Amino acid sequence: MTTGGFWAMGGYARFVWPCFAFVGAVLAWNLWSARSSAAAARSRVRRALVMAAHDQS
Amino acid sequence: MPVSAWDVFLLVLRRELTLSFRRPDQLVQPLVFFVIVTTLFPLGLSVQLSLLREMAPAVLWVAALLASLLSLDALFKSDAEDGTLEQLVLSGQGLYVIVVAKTLAHWLVSGAALLLVSPLVATALAIPLAAFPTMLLSLSLGTLTLSWLGAIGAGLTVGLKRGNVLISLIVLPLAMPLLIFGAGATDRAIAGTSALGACYLLAALCVLTCTLAPFAAAAALEVTLE
Amino acid sequence: MWTWFYRLASPPYVYRVAALWLPWLLGGALLTIGYGLIDGLVFAPPDYQQGDAFRIIYVHAPSAWLSLFAYVTMAVAGGIGLIWRIKIGHAVAAASAPIGASFTLAALVTGSLWGRPMWGTYWAWDPRLTSELILLFLYVGVMALRSAFDDPNRGDRAAALLAVVGVVNVPIIHFSVVWWNSLHQGATVAKLGKPQMPGSMLWPLLAMLLGFMLFYGAVLCIRLRGEVLNRERQSAWVREAIKS
Repeated sequence: MTTGGFWAMGGYARFVWPCFAFVGAVLAWNLWSARSSAAAARSRVRRALVMAAHDQS
Repeated sequence: MPVSAWDVFLLVLRRELTLSFRRPDQLVQPLVFFVIVTTLFPLGLSVQLSLLREMAPAVLWVAALLASLLSLDALFKSDAEDGTLEQLVLSGQGLYVIVVAKTLAHWLVSGAALLLVSPLVATALAIPLAAFPTMLLSLSLGTLTLSWLGAIGAGLTVGLKRGNVLISLIVLPLAMPLLIFGAGATDRAIAGTSALGACYLLAALCVLTCTLAPFAAAAALEVTLE
Repeated sequence: MWTWFYRLASPPYVYRVAALWLPWLLGGALLTIGYGLIDGLVFAPPDYQQGDAFRIIYVHAPSAWLSLFAYVTMAVAGGIGLIWRIKIGHAVAAASAPIGASFTLAALVTGSLWGRPMWGTYWAWDPRLTSELILLFLYVGVMALRSAFDDPNRGDRAAALLAVVGVVNVPIIHFSVVWWNSLHQGATVAKLGKPQMPGSMLWPLLAMLLGFMLFYGAVLCIRLRGEVLNRERQSAWVREAIKS
């Protein structure tokens, strides 16, 4: 297959590539969103611990 | 003297119906909504009779769905607010029976009432007289199923502040198959072909939800009233 | 054997183990998806009828499969939390919901883009597409219900109940192409025995399916740790875990 032929996808390029791009975006979003929600949970716990230590002192 | 499940059922049913009829404005609201929505369509679209007839089943069913949803919020809400619901849960009389009675009462004053108004609305939507029996049958099965599904949604959202939006979000996906079969049955009846298959499917859905939904709704009440 | 199972119910164990599994799951996902993409996009021959458009299957089928798998996982985990009151079940359910919803959206979008050249339309109200759309609404409903409650325990339990009620939709989606005359093509791989696809097209598809599953596992690990932290905030082990 030629490089040009690869990108053209037999004429269906405007359907095929947006599909792959969208799913790639979904995969990326999943990683980013999971990481950020886990980080948010960690910082909440940290803050709660700091407050608890503060209250005790 | 031990109280039988049947007695509990009758008691709750009678109570619900009495309470409902004390608030006639609440009774009439879904009906008025139903009539307005279905008459707005032909007015708004100003289409020929044949096109109207094509859209009629869908319009009828969507309007029935929305009208039922309107009154669902009230299924458990007033009882939850004044503490009656907690008493019912604590009474140990079997939440299943209580839920069945409440849901049936709700259907009697909403879905069944829709049935009475539907011939009027069907005429406005140019549905031929020959299709009326199928329409009434499918609507009765459909609204009954909807009441059961709605009981699950109402049970899950009782006590939530913005519960009505959530009820719709919960009930609509569950009700979509119902809409498809119900509109399909009416559609076939209008076209003159046999709607028996779709009616059987509707009946099957109805029986399935009739038997299983009260379990889910009772479980939902126990969860949300913890 | 059962001790392994019991340990899974312990939040600190799961918190620790998820971190250990993560790099393997993510690495495995990367490798299999990488292979699947290259083999599927470059080396697999074009389809006789659909030409190169069939390659969309390499992202569409895994997304659709994952949308169902994540929902069943969510329903089962939620059910475990509901019936046996094992809190890790609710954590798994809460973590799975957004992942599954995103892949349902991916399945719908890629399916729609594939449908345009193949059937001439971006959308059709056929049973499989409609029930997949219902699945998306169910996911959104479960997530909305969980967050609507002030008490997270109640939210978990209500969401679990809804997930279990909605699981009825999953076999409907799967068997819809068998039960109804549908635009959507029938089962390609799942037929027991000989799948209808030639090997050169099938292997990248299987790789993508495996890769997406591994990816789901990896993202679940990341989210699960956050969910466990949220639910176990008051516990002593959390204090130790955070300090390290």
